[in-house]
This record gives sequence, structure tokens and C-alpha cells, in this order.
Amino acid sequence: MAPRTCALCSTAKAMLKRPKTGQQICRECFFYVFETEVHNTITQSKLFRLGDRVAIGASGGKDSTVLAYVMKTLNERHNYGLDLFLLSIDEGITGYRDDSLETVKRNQQQYDMPLKILSYDELYGWTMDAIVEQVGRKNNCTFCGVFRRQALDRGAAMLAVDHIVTGHNADDIAETVLMNIMRGDIARLGRCTSICTQGEDTIRRSKPFKYAYEKEIVMYAYFKKLDYFSTECIYSPDAYRGHARAFLKDLEAARPSAIIDIIHSGEAFEVREDVKATQRVQRKDPFSLCWNDWFMCLSETCQRCGYMSSNELCKACTLLEGLERGMANSGITDRGRKKMEADGPTPNNLRTIPFYNPPSGNPAVTIETLA
Amino acid sequence: MSTISLKIEFGGGLELLFANQRSYSLSIPAIVPTNNRTTPTPPPTPDQPQEPVETKPADVTYLIHHMRDHLLKEREELFIEDDTVRPGILVLINDVDWELEGEGEYVLKDGDEVVFISTLHGG
Repeated sequence: MAPRTCALCSTAKAMLKRPKTGQQICRECFFYVFETEVHNTITQSKLFRLGDRVAIGASGGKDSTVLAYVMKTLNERHNYGLDLFLLSIDEGITGYRDDSLETVKRNQQQYDMPLKILSYDELYGWTMDAIVEQVGRKNNCTFCGVFRRQALDRGAAMLAVDHIVTGHNADDIAETVLMNIMRGDIARLGRCTSICTQGEDTIRRSKPFKYAYEKEIVMYAYFKKLDYFSTECIYSPDAYRGHARAFLKDLEAARPSAIIDIIHSGEAFEVREDVKATQRVQRKDPFSLCWNDWFMCLSETCQRCGYMSSNELCKACTLLEGLERGMANSGITDRGRKKMEADGPTPNNLRTIPFYNPPSGNPAVTIETLA
Repeated sequence: MSTISLKIEFGGGLELLFANQRSYSLSIPAIVPTNNRTTPTPPPTPDQPQEPVETKPADVTYLIHHMRDHLLKEREELFIEDDTVRPGILVLINDVDWELEGEGEYVLKDGDEVVFISTLHGG
């Protein structure tokens, strides 16, 4: 077959077919359109303000590595005026996170950005390795997810950043839409497609790669020879997500626009108010409904650690108490919770999470910078 | 029988299925059976006379079968599905997206470099 020329510049040899458009384009045009689409996503959604301090949630994987590179490129090219930081969470998984953090440390050098690593161990007193030892491989992803979310916010508060960006791509979001439909999680269905979320006093979180296809992110990393780490977490891959992912990839193979189409469907859903209302009641614990509502009126922070919470205790404190008291299921099942309540009140000497002070403007930690 | 030499490379964690080796050099026959069988046909016996084997020039589909039969160490279903790579694995032939090269029907030449990258690992 004779080599085709690029559909955009009509001079260079086409190197890839864009899944979104079917266009055949050359390497340089690909870099340009990929970066420009992310720039358009950023400007159209007004994600940043001049002078914002922005932390890039960096795992060392392909998405966050490409995100760090593209954020740096766009910040310089379009004068966003952002202060960029790398923020990594060390879950304490030997043979997985320790290796990927080495990649992040190299990224710190390559991209010349300050890096903050916050570990579960220093924040919660538990590594994932220790948690799995106690809870087994069944529910450990619940712990990891809840702990990571809070750790990212706390790490961001320590850096005094206004904003966290994460590498979630179009495939991830489409996958989450499918999963929320399959689980009947109407409340999350609406939220999961929004490009930017912000709680009461939480730091803003956004996904500049919301419309970027995974294929293009991987191609970008390959053509730019970016240094990233790729190994599956050694603890229980999320089987349900795995099925959603495989299904989505099959759809994409048949029709590449499927990914954007699903995101669009997620955005277009409008849930009737009475349906939303039933969801809320179902999700609340019927025994403490009045308490919950009462506390919600009083304040929306955890009574123990000060983190945002619609309950008396935030999810992380609940899970941590269960771990500390050797009843790890208390934060996961109703039966486990009742068992712990029957066991007596919370002991006084329980290990707790340091009190959360929302961002105040000045960094609370020394940031590791390049010598 | 003439052969062609190829270089193959893995990325994105796919090397884990191939003895954790990121790069291989290999030779495959230039002419291969159309049914992508990568092992010699058993010699004819009086009961089963040798049927004429249909052949084709070696293409990427054949290479994928060859890799499955001779290089893959574990979990074949994570690499091959319906006679092609599993959706979510990107293939580049001499650094060009294989979707521009006819995918599995691309006829391999001596010295070609084929890269397989998994996109399925976490980000």
C-alpha cells in the first residue's frame, strides 16, 4: 500500500488513525490536535484562573504522566500562569506503588515540578499491605478508594493548591457511566460526567482529559517516548469494572465513537426529582437517619477529623476505627456496623486521622524541590 | 524455505504475558498456511492422505498466532480474541498505527518492527 499523507497538513506521512474522527494524520499534527483539544476543554470549561496553584494527581501511570507533560506544555504555550505540582499518594503496596513512585520521581526531574508524596501509612497508620493482611482481598478496594480520595484532598491542602487535576480519560468516564447504569446508581450517574467537581470547602477537582481517548493518550506517550509505569495493582483487580472495560473496548472496536456517545448519554440523562429522592433514602442508614440529617444541618464535617462528611463520622474515620478495633467489616456492612456498636463505645486511645484544615493559602509542608 | 526476520516489542504491561521480556527478534516463514497454523502439518498416513495446504504470504494475523503458540507464557485470552489481538491492544507497524496498514492483513517484510501496547492497565 502506498503511504497516505496526513489529512491535516497534506505533506507528512500519516502515522495514526484518530478514533474520534477517523482522520489519518501525521505525528506532528497529532501532537498539535491532541494538545489543542485538551486546551479547548480547559478554556471552554474555564477550569483555571491566572495564578492558580494546581496539583496533578500523579500515579506514574500513562494517563497522569501524559497529563503532567501536557499541562506543562500548555501552561507554557498559552500562559495559563499556573503553579504546577505533582501529588502522589503512596498506598503502601509493595511491588506496585513503590515501583510506580520511582517513575513519578523521574517525572519530577524530567518536568521540573515540585513533588509531594503522601502515604497512607503517615496519614492513617496503615499501609494497604497491612490492610489486606487484616481484611483479605475482598473489600480492600473500598478502603483504598475512600483513603485515596481523602489523602488527595489532604495532600492538596498541604500544598495549598486550589485545584487537583486527574488523568481520568474519556474511556474511564464512559466506563463509569456504564457501571453506574448497571448498578442503578442514579445519584452518581449525574455526577460522574461533570468535568469539575467541588464540595463545600473541598479543593476543586477536574479532568482535563475528559474527552481524550485512551488510544490517543497511549499513542501520545509512545510517540513522545514518555516514561510511564504500567502494571496492574496486585490486589484484586476490580472485576466489575474489568467487565465494563472489556465491553466498552468491544463496542469501540465496532464503532469508535461509542466512547464519546456514552459520555454524551451520561451528560444528557435527567433524573426525575422523585426518583432522586428515593435514592437518597435508600442510601441512608435508616437507624440513624434523623441523626444524619441533624448533623448535616449542624455542620458538614466529620466530628472526629474535620474532613467533609454528611455523617457524624466520615467514611475514612469509620473504616479506620473498624481496622483499629479489629472489626474491619464495620465500615462496609450493616451487620458489621451493628456488631461494632454492640461491642461498646469507641475507645479513647484509638488512633485517628490528623484534623483536617482546609486550604488556607500557605503551604503547610516543605515541598521537595530539585536541588 | 525462505524466512523473514522481525523485531517485536511490548509496552503498557503486555510484556508480562511474554516472560516479562520487552523485545524479541524472531524469524517466521515467508509463506504460511492460510489457516494460520504455526506448527508443521503431521505427515500423511494411509488413513489420512496429505491434503494440499493453502498458503499465503506471512501477515500480521499469522504473526499474532505465531506469538501465541511460541512466545506467550500465560493467559492467552488477554492477548488474542477471535483470531486478532484483544480490543484495547494497540499495534504499530514500523511506528505506524496498524489501522492505516490493513491491520492483520498487512504483509510482513524482512526487518519490520511490530509494537504491541496494552492500554488496559491503570493510569
